[in-house]
Order: sequence, then structure tokens, then C-alpha cells
Amino acid sequence: MAEETSINTAYAKMHGQKIAVIAVTVILLILAMIFAAASGSVYIPPSDIISVLLNSVIPGISDNAVNENTAMILFNLRLPRIFLAALAGVCLALAGAVMQALLRNPLVSPFTLGLASAASFGAAFMIVLGPIVLGSLYKSTAYIFGYTVSMNSVLMIFSAFVFGWMSVSIIYLLSHSRSASQSIIILSGVVIGYIFQAGLLAMQYISSDESLRDIIIWLMGGMWGASWQAVIILFPITLACFIIMEMRSWKLNTLSAGDDVAKNLGINVARFRIQGLLIVSFGASACLAFTGVIGFVGLMAPHICRMIIGNDNRYLIPCAAAAGALILVVSDTLARTVIAPIELPVGIIMYLIGGVFFIYLIVKGRGAGLE
Amino acid sequence: MKIDVMNLVHNYSTYKVLKDVSFSVDSGEVVSLLGPNGCGKSTTIKIISSLFKPVSGKIQIDGRSIDEIDPVDRAKLIGYVPQYFTYSSYTTVLETVLIGRTPYMSWSVSDEDLAAVDYALRSMNIRDLAERQINELSGGQRQRVFIARAIAQKPVFYLFDEPTSSLDLRYQIDTLTTMRDIIRRDNSGMIVALHDLNLALRYTDKVVLISNGEVYDAGRPADVLTPKAIFEVYGVKAEIIENDKGRFVLAYE
Repeated sequence: MAEETSINTAYAKMHGQKIAVIAVTVILLILAMIFAAASGSVYIPPSDIISVLLNSVIPGISDNAVNENTAMILFNLRLPRIFLAALAGVCLALAGAVMQALLRNPLVSPFTLGLASAASFGAAFMIVLGPIVLGSLYKSTAYIFGYTVSMNSVLMIFSAFVFGWMSVSIIYLLSHSRSASQSIIILSGVVIGYIFQAGLLAMQYISSDESLRDIIIWLMGGMWGASWQAVIILFPITLACFIIMEMRSWKLNTLSAGDDVAKNLGINVARFRIQGLLIVSFGASACLAFTGVIGFVGLMAPHICRMIIGNDNRYLIPCAAAAGALILVVSDTLARTVIAPIELPVGIIMYLIGGVFFIYLIVKGRGAGLE
Repeated sequence: MKIDVMNLVHNYSTYKVLKDVSFSVDSGEVVSLLGPNGCGKSTTIKIISSLFKPVSGKIQIDGRSIDEIDPVDRAKLIGYVPQYFTYSSYTTVLETVLIGRTPYMSWSVSDEDLAAVDYALRSMNIRDLAERQINELSGGQRQRVFIARAIAQKPVFYLFDEPTSSLDLRYQIDTLTTMRDIIRRDNSGMIVALHDLNLALRYTDKVVLISNGEVYDAGRPADVLTPKAIFEVYGVKAEIIENDKGRFVLAYE
């Protein structure tokens, strides 16, 4: 046993490998964002992108003269969209990874827990009933961060967010008297999803043709609603959710040993589970409110990362967040360029890429332990 | 240190599972809880582990009620090993055992944490499996990993809820021998729910025989496990056989 590696060496090796995987994912994400900024109806060389970015931080730092138009396209159209896709990817993947760990169930995501149905209902509710109930307020405009925005989109986003987050709060109310056991939470989530689905169908049924179209577009999801305002609102929310959950990642690991062992280890399981759900749902609802329904990434990004980096949430959370952003940025870029000038809904591309990659991982045998 | 279990009463809706259970355990002792299925062994173990509160009665450690102890400090005193194990795949043995260090760490792992994991793995004789994935192991190896997790927790008292009952004889004996050695070496204590009376006779210092939610008798295994007690508690006839290897229970009817 003389040449047995010490436990410190073994741990350091494992730690190093995982940090390397996270670093690679983050580098891929940055490259994907640059690629996304470059591609589109007008090709913008990466050197120009870097100049524009540098000049926007410190004016005049780069002497590379970039065409005003190019800078405009980049700054007003592409960058907000790329950042929105990245932030939504982070929030949804984070929510998926955390929900899967909190509930010890590989199938939960913001969708299975009814959050997406509730947010969709919220959006449809405002699209259909907003003009009737709120009248002229709905059609007015507002000033946010110095920009003029139409009130109807603000109200729709707000309503989607409120209902999305509310669905998880209802789960909390239903489950906390039953010590927040994971089966009660999952069942309540699924059932609440159906109830909001019924509401959504009702809204679609009574809506006018024009509103129906708006609802369908929202349900398809996409980065159409990208703007700097959206990015400015979502960035601090995403960052806060990420930091809070990363700080709790070790406690999240203890839940893998079962509720009883986690309790014995000093964790207040019921409180921890509910707090975690409310935190990640807050971020996911906020993102969905701007992007519409974006499925899959919350379920798949954590699983793909799990197979590569393992189940230690300290590493899984950052890895899944970066991978979620990567998947969404790449999918959205392909969606708007593959058959340009026509834009495809991002879901079509994402389900294809993510699905094929996931099947590849399973066939390759890394999925053997998926239990 | 000493655990005092004082007059525990508990019910599951209308079913009275514990009517009055009291006993005590000193550090350095291995104590077995015996009794038929449903007599309240598991409930007693879970109450001592603070997984839930009893309807009445209390648990004291060195005269202090466990309710008054902060959960994180309590986790350094009492380590619980469940009957059935839950784990996640894509996790190495090292990572799994490290979870036992939760009361001592919050994100980063110290040398002390790794030393405790190393000690736990060596104690359970699975040091060579440290970097293996948990789902690649056999059932018996996996059970050792989960016991190692409790050892890494460095509790003063171990509470085992029949964690060996589904395993083969060799493994049961190995586990109890190993645990008895650890208890002696670290001057810790152990309460283990058991079904096999012969294991209790051979590997434990004291037995608490529970019948219908009450302590039928407690004391040295040889004194408590008499044919009369076995008949009254389990409803089977038994003979005690003594030879040069020790005392054995032979149940026959």
C-alpha cells in the first residue's frame, strides 16, 4: 500500500479536474457569445466587437475605427439578445439543478413543477384581460431607465413573473404542513401545472385572433423581447440567485443522503428545501417573463453536466449555469441565422442540439448511472 | 459521556408505538435494541437522533436535553445510520463520505476533513475504493461507504437502525466487529437495533429488550436473553446453548 495516493492528493486531483471542466465551459460560453455577436445578416469581425465593447466601457480606449452602423447593430440589437439568452440559460439551468437536488428527482425542472404553466397563464391573462380590465393604462407608455416602453409589455412581463413565482408559493403552502416531503412537493407542482394549464386554455379559447397570436408567440419562447432594460433587470436577480445557491451548495449535497441523514447532520430540511425552491423559482420566473416559455434547458443542462462533472453541487451549479447559457446562446444564434432572414423559434434548435448531445452521452455509456 | 433515554412515549396517529421506554448508554458501550417487528426499536433510534420529537419523554446527553443543543453541535454528538440508504450516482466514494463532515464545513474542505474521511475509509477497510463511483460498488461495499460517512462525522454516539439486516452473515459480523473496535478505540458509544439475538449476545455489551413499546428488560446480554424472556417477547421457544465459543440462542418453535 506504499504507493497509494494520499487522500489529499486524490481530492486535489478531483477538485482540479472539476475546476478545469467549469473553466472550459465558461471559455466555450465566451467564444459562443463572440460568435453570436459576429453572426447575423451583417457579419461583424470579432476585432470590431472587442473595440466596441472596450469603447463602451472606457470611451476612446481602442483606436480601431468601427462603422457607426456596425456599432449600432451590435450594441442595440445583438448584445442585449445574447445577454438575455445567457441570463435565461443561467437561471433555468440553475433552477433545474437545484430543484433536482432539493427534491432528489432527476425529472423536476421549472416545467414539471408548474412554474412555466403558471407564468404562461400570467402572460395570457394579461394579454387577454389587460385591455378590458385596465383600459387606457394598458395601452399607455412608461419611462423605464430613460427608455420609452409600452405599458402592455411591462404588464405582461410582470404578470407572468407574479404567476410563475406564485405557483411555487402555492406549493409551499400546500406542503409545509406535511414537513415539505419531496413527493408532496412534486405532486402539488404537477397538479398546479395542470390547473394553470386549464386557465391558459380558457384564456386562449376566449381570446381574439390578435391576442391568440400574441399568446402563441409567448408560448413558443424566444429572445424577441431582448432589450438592455431586460438585461439590467435580470442581471442582478440572476447573480443573486446564483451566489445564494452556490453558498448553499454543500448543504444541497447532504440531501442526496436522504432527509433523515441530512436532518441528523444538522440541516433543517423542510426550511432549506422551501427556501431553495423559492429562490431559484424567483430567478426562473423573472427570466421566463421576458423570454416566454423556454423548456428543456432547465432539465437537460444539469443532466449533461452531471454526467461530465459529477453530482457535487459545488461544481455542478456553476457548470450547469455556464452550460445552460451556452446552450441557449448557441441555439438562439442558430435560430436566427440558419434560414436567415427568417427566424426560427429557439426551442426547435435547442431541442435538436441538446437532445442529440444527450443521446450521445447516454449511448457513450456515461449515462449508465442515471437512476 | 452518557445518553439518558427518559420515559419516551410516542404514537403514529392512534397506534401507540412507545408506551414507556427508558434506558441509558455510556460511551465505550455497544448497546443493542431488540424486539419483534413494530415494537418501537426504529422509532426509539429516530427520536434519539432528533429526526422527530416524541409525544412525551426526553433524551439527555450528560444531563442536557438534546432539544437545547444547536443542531450543528448535536450532529457532532450523534451520528445516525439509517436502515435504507439513499445516494446519488455520479458521485465518488470520497465525495459521499465527505458529506459526513457537514457539521464541520460549509463549502471548502480542510485537511482535517480529509483526514477524518481517510480514517473512516480505513476503519471500514475501503480506503482503496476512495476514487470509485458509488454506483459501481456492490451492495455490501456501498453499505460500508455509508457507515464510513457516519464515522467521518466523528460523533460520540452512533445510532444504527438495522443497517445490516439485509446483508449476508459475513458482512454483518464484519460490520459489528469493526464498529465495536471503533467504539473501544475512540471511547464512543453505539446503539444498534438488531434482529439476530446471536449477534446481540456476541457483539454487544448491553441489550435493551423491547416488547410492545415498553422495556421488557435491560442489562448484560447473557442475563436478559433467557428462554423465558425470548418466549414472552417473541413468542418462540428457545434454548440457550453454551460451548467453548460462547453462548448461543437456538430458537425452534
